[in-house]
Amino acid sequence: MKKYLAVIGAFALIAGLATGASAADKLKVCFVYTGPHNDGGWSQQHDTARLALEAKFGDKIETAYVENVAEGPDAERAIERLARSGCGMIFTTSFGFMDPTIKIAKKFPKVKFEHDAGYKMADNVSIYNMRWYEGRYVQGQIAAKMSKTGVAGYIVSFPIPEVVMGIDAFMLGAQSVNPDFKVKVVWVNTWFDPGKEADAAKALIDQGVDIIVQHTDSPAAMQIAEERGLHAFGQSADMSKFGPKAHLASLVDNWTPYYIDRVQAALDGTWKSTDTWGGIKSGMVELQPLTNMPDDVKALAESTMEKIKSGELQVFKGPITKQDGSVGVADGAVMDDKTLSGLNWYVKGIDDKLPQ
Amino acid sequence: MFEGILLTIITAATPLLFAAIGELVAERSGVLNLGVEGMMAVGAVCGFAASNLTGNPLLGVLAAMIAGMLAASLFGIVALFFVANQNATGVALTLFGLGLSGLIGSAFVGVPGVPIPKVYIPGLSELPVVGTLVFGQDPFVYGAILLTIATWWFIFKTRGGLILRAVGDNAASAHALGFSVFRTRFLAVLFGGACAGIAGAYLSMVYTPQWTQAMTAGRGWIALALVVFASWLPGRLVIGALLFGAVSILQLHAQALGIGIPSQFLSMLPYIVTVIALVLISRNRALLSVNTPATLGRPFVPDT
Repeated sequence: MKKYLAVIGAFALIAGLATGASAADKLKVCFVYTGPHNDGGWSQQHDTARLALEAKFGDKIETAYVENVAEGPDAERAIERLARSGCGMIFTTSFGFMDPTIKIAKKFPKVKFEHDAGYKMADNVSIYNMRWYEGRYVQGQIAAKMSKTGVAGYIVSFPIPEVVMGIDAFMLGAQSVNPDFKVKVVWVNTWFDPGKEADAAKALIDQGVDIIVQHTDSPAAMQIAEERGLHAFGQSADMSKFGPKAHLASLVDNWTPYYIDRVQAALDGTWKSTDTWGGIKSGMVELQPLTNMPDDVKALAESTMEKIKSGELQVFKGPITKQDGSVGVADGAVMDDKTLSGLNWYVKGIDDKLPQ
Repeated sequence: MFEGILLTIITAATPLLFAAIGELVAERSGVLNLGVEGMMAVGAVCGFAASNLTGNPLLGVLAAMIAGMLAASLFGIVALFFVANQNATGVALTLFGLGLSGLIGSAFVGVPGVPIPKVYIPGLSELPVVGTLVFGQDPFVYGAILLTIATWWFIFKTRGGLILRAVGDNAASAHALGFSVFRTRFLAVLFGGACAGIAGAYLSMVYTPQWTQAMTAGRGWIALALVVFASWLPGRLVIGALLFGAVSILQLHAQALGIGIPSQFLSMLPYIVTVIALVLISRNRALLSVNTPATLGRPFVPDT
C-alpha cells in the first residue's frame, strides 16, 4: 500500500511541477492548426490572431500552438496532449477537428474549447465561423465594375454550402451592378494544388474572363492574372504581393476581435458556450487592401461594406431567383441562417451546373 | 484561344517530361526509383530558396539539380551499395523528400518568387500562330526538348548508352565484360535525381513562382507511369507527357464551357486515360519485351 501511495505521490508531484507553476496564475491559450503557422493563408491568419492576443493580454496569458495537425485521429491526440499540458482554453481551427474536439472536451470539462467551422457544441465547446459571403458580395460589385468582358472566372474547391454561398453572393453583388454579368465556374476538387489552380486560371482566361475569383488556398491564380495583365481577388490573406498590378481586394480572415473577446470572457469568468457567425460588422471579415481600382469603384465597395455593417443591406434578401427560374427567396424575405448554412442551389445567371 | 490552350498544354507537360526522362535513364540501367516525387519536392524548395536568396534563377536551377542529385545519391547508396529493396527505398525517399522540403522551406512560405523571363527568339517569335508557341517559351521548355533529344541520342547512338542498356538488360554479363554495374547504375540514378530536381524547380520557379509544401501534388507518380507508358523510349515520353497535359488542361476548359459532366469525373480523367493507355500498352507483349530493361528493379551483387 505504502508503495502505491509513493507512486501516486510521485505522479502528483510531477503533474504539479508540469502545470502548477504556470497554470496557477496565467491562462494558457492553445491553438491547433491544420497547416504550418506561416502558410500564408488559413493557419497564418489564426496565428496572427494568437500573436495579437499575446500583445493585448501580456503577462495575463501564455499561448502555445501545434501545427500541421492532420484531421482525424492525429487531431485527437494533439488536442488531448494540449489539454493535459495545462491549457485552459483551446482553439481548434478546422472543420475536421470537430469530432475530436467534442470527444476531448468531454474528458476535460474544465477546459474551454473553441471550434472553428463546425456545428457541434457542448457546455465547454463554443463554435465560431465567418460570413465570408458578405465580402464576396462586395467582390462581385467590384468585378462587375472592373470587368470589360462582363464575365468573371471562379475557381472553386468542393461543392459544400460555404463555397456555393460564396458563388451566389458574388453573383448577386455583380448583378446589382450589371444584371447581365456572367460567371464561369471551374471545380478543381482540391483546396490546395498551385499547379492546378494556375491551370484553371489560364483555362478561364483563355475562354474570355478578365477577372478571377478563387475559393482555393494558393496565390497561383493571382500570379497568372498578373502575368496576363488581368485582375484577381485574393483569398484568406492579403495576396497583393503576388500580383501587385492584378490584385483588387483580398477576402481577409480577421480572427483577432473574436479571439480577444473570448479570452477576455475567460479571464473575467464570464465565458459561456456560444455560437458565433461573424461578418463584416464584427470586423471578422475584411476586404482589404482595395487596390488597382478607380475611386468611384472603391467608394462603391466602401459604401456597400458600410451598408452591410449597418444592416441596411442583406446579401440573401429576396427577391432571389434560382438558376432554374424558380423562387429562391421571396420578395422582401431574408434567408435564415439555417437555410443559408445548407445552401445547395445557384442563383440565376451562373454559367455552371452545380455538382450534386 | 486555341494557341493559348496549346501553350498551356506544353507548360503542363514540361515538368512531367523532365522528371520522366530522368527516371527513364535510371530504369534503363535496371534501377526502379520510386522516389521521384520526393526528389521533385526537394528540388522545388531548393531551387526556389536559392533563386530567392541570390536573385539569380540560374543558380536556383543549379541548386535544384544538386539537391535532386543529393537525394538520389541517398537512394543510390541504400539501394545499390547496401542492396536494400528498391521499391521500399524509393517510397521512403518520397516520404523523406516531402518532409525534408517542408523543413527547409518553412522560411519561404508565402514569399513571391523571382520571375523567369520568357525567351523570345528574335524575328521568329513574331510569326503568326506558331510564333510564341514555338519560339516564345520559357527556357525550361526548350531545355526539356533538348534534353529529350540528347537522352535519345545518348541511349541509342553512343557507347555509353550501350553500356547503360547492357547493365539494365543483363547486369551479370556487363559485369563479366568488365563494366562497373554499380558505377553505371549510380550515375543513372544521379541523372534521374538531377532531372527530378529541375522538374520540381519548374513548378516552384516558373509554373507558379511560389513555394509551399507538397506543391508537387503527385506529379512525380505520373512521371513514373509515363515511363512505362512510353515503353522506355524518349520519343514516346514526349507524346505521353503532352497527352496527360492535354487531358488535364482540356477538362478545365470543358468545365469553363459549362459542359454538364460532373467535375469530379473530369478531374480524374487524366488518370483514367493514363491507366487505359498503360493497359493497352501492357497488352502488347512484343512491344514491351523489346524495350523493358530485363533486370529492372533487381539488385545486382557481383559474385567475386
